[in-house]
Amino acid sequence: MSGPMNGRWRTWVLVGLGAAVVVAAIYLPVLRRRVKTTAKIAQPSEEQARRELTQPAAQNPLDPVVKARMFWISSEDESSLAPLTVELALSSDPVLRAKQVLNTLLAGPVDSELRTLPADGVLLAFYLLPDGTAVADFSEALATSMPSGIQSEQLAVDSIARTLEANVPRVKRLKILIHGQELDTLAGHVDLTQIFVVDTKAPQRGSISLDLPAKVAPSSSSAPATAPPGGGLAKQPGR
Amino acid sequence: MAVWGAPLGRRFGILPIVRISDGHFFSRVTPLSTAIALLVWAGSFSSGAKSQQPPPPAAQSPGAPISTPPYPTIAPPQPQRTGLNVVVLDPAHGGTDPGARGAQGIRESDLVLDLTFQVRRALEAQGYQVLQTRTGNENPSFDDRSALANAQRGAVFVTLHISSTGLPGTARVYTMPDSAAGVPTGRVLSWDRAQAPYVALSRKFGDAVQGLLAQRFKGSPNNAQSAVIRQLRTTGAPAIAVEICSVSVQDRVDLDRMMPGVADAIARGVASFRPSYVLPGEAGSQP
Repeated sequence: MSGPMNGRWRTWVLVGLGAAVVVAAIYLPVLRRRVKTTAKIAQPSEEQARRELTQPAAQNPLDPVVKARMFWISSEDESSLAPLTVELALSSDPVLRAKQVLNTLLAGPVDSELRTLPADGVLLAFYLLPDGTAVADFSEALATSMPSGIQSEQLAVDSIARTLEANVPRVKRLKILIHGQELDTLAGHVDLTQIFVVDTKAPQRGSISLDLPAKVAPSSSSAPATAPPGGGLAKQPGR
Repeated sequence: MAVWGAPLGRRFGILPIVRISDGHFFSRVTPLSTAIALLVWAGSFSSGAKSQQPPPPAAQSPGAPISTPPYPTIAPPQPQRTGLNVVVLDPAHGGTDPGARGAQGIRESDLVLDLTFQVRRALEAQGYQVLQTRTGNENPSFDDRSALANAQRGAVFVTLHISSTGLPGTARVYTMPDSAAGVPTGRVLSWDRAQAPYVALSRKFGDAVQGLLAQRFKGSPNNAQSAVIRQLRTTGAPAIAVEICSVSVQDRVDLDRMMPGVADAIARGVASFRPSYVLPGEAGSQP
């Protein structure tokens, strides 16, 4: 009795195993493709991940709507900037406020010809140090998509500085980083190793002061200058 | 006689190996060889101390050809005028960096090189010595370009650019802003701030060239503009950037037509600036 039963069970087990192998052979390649596809979707680029983390907080409906002055290229003279008044709900917190106006600046005016910053540029982070030095960290697109030239690059920096000056009085100086790094130039011309003067009383808007401590103006342009809140920049005396 | 291993000898306190000029060595330690080795070694200290200094000038009469056969004879240097003598021209970009790019394959790096040769001819016709930071499709670093000017005495620096944007047919001169000005506190000038003592002179030079460009190219400003330009910051000489607008023209010919006028304006601007040129630190210097 046990002999024929054992033989029948063995047969069934073998048939079952064979069927499992066939199903696995069919299903495994499909599964592998699905895993690969899912992995691609689940692995955003470093910059995408950073963008998600650093997106500005959603606008607070309680923020008062104010008239913000944005500096884009003048419609009458393409070599200069002109203020354009835009109604924006701006936070009273200077950092949030700065993020809101810079994101509006990046979004550009209705006439795209008058924009100063590349459309695909993103503000990744913004810090405001106690001495009034702001650190604005933009995505790589700000440098790579910027039209090369002294005039276009200077207008870009001026538009950031003057927009901050007009809307965020706490900002006195500005350091621009690209993807967390200090670049030599924006797109081959304008010097990003320096700190730009934003203060109203500054003699030159968008210009630099070279009278900087060594930590702020590193001698090697290749040295990255990350700017954590409360880092070395905050310790430097104001000018 | 030459001393081999003198640096090692100094470092580790061992005697150097002494070689006579005919190729023989002191291979055996004898009282005489030891004495000679000691004398030579002691001499190497003084020669080593002097090795950091440039060699003394050869005792030659001024203006005489520098010639030591069988080496080729080098022509005597021309007597230099005081003040501004050298113009360093910097065609921007180059190599893997084409700069601004426009329609029909217009590349800033190629155009500025052509412009540089035209400016060079105009300046040499006036008797200036002209140096170029590049003569072909290379891309020297910002510091290398500045270094060429910083090594000269009585030089001005002109970096040449063509923009991506702006009103076509115009030309602008840029200098570092006044906030970049400064007076060196000691005798050593920081490389990173090399332009600081020259900002006022650069502005004067820039205004001279911009005024001439404005006469030729309508729509150009009358005075030089301020811009924070990386190339100018490390240049220890009156330095300007000239930018022509722009690569957005439909045809390169439009830019080619501008070049002789730009070259002439720069050359005339250098000439008109020359009387104002006083090196910082010299009597009557402005900065």
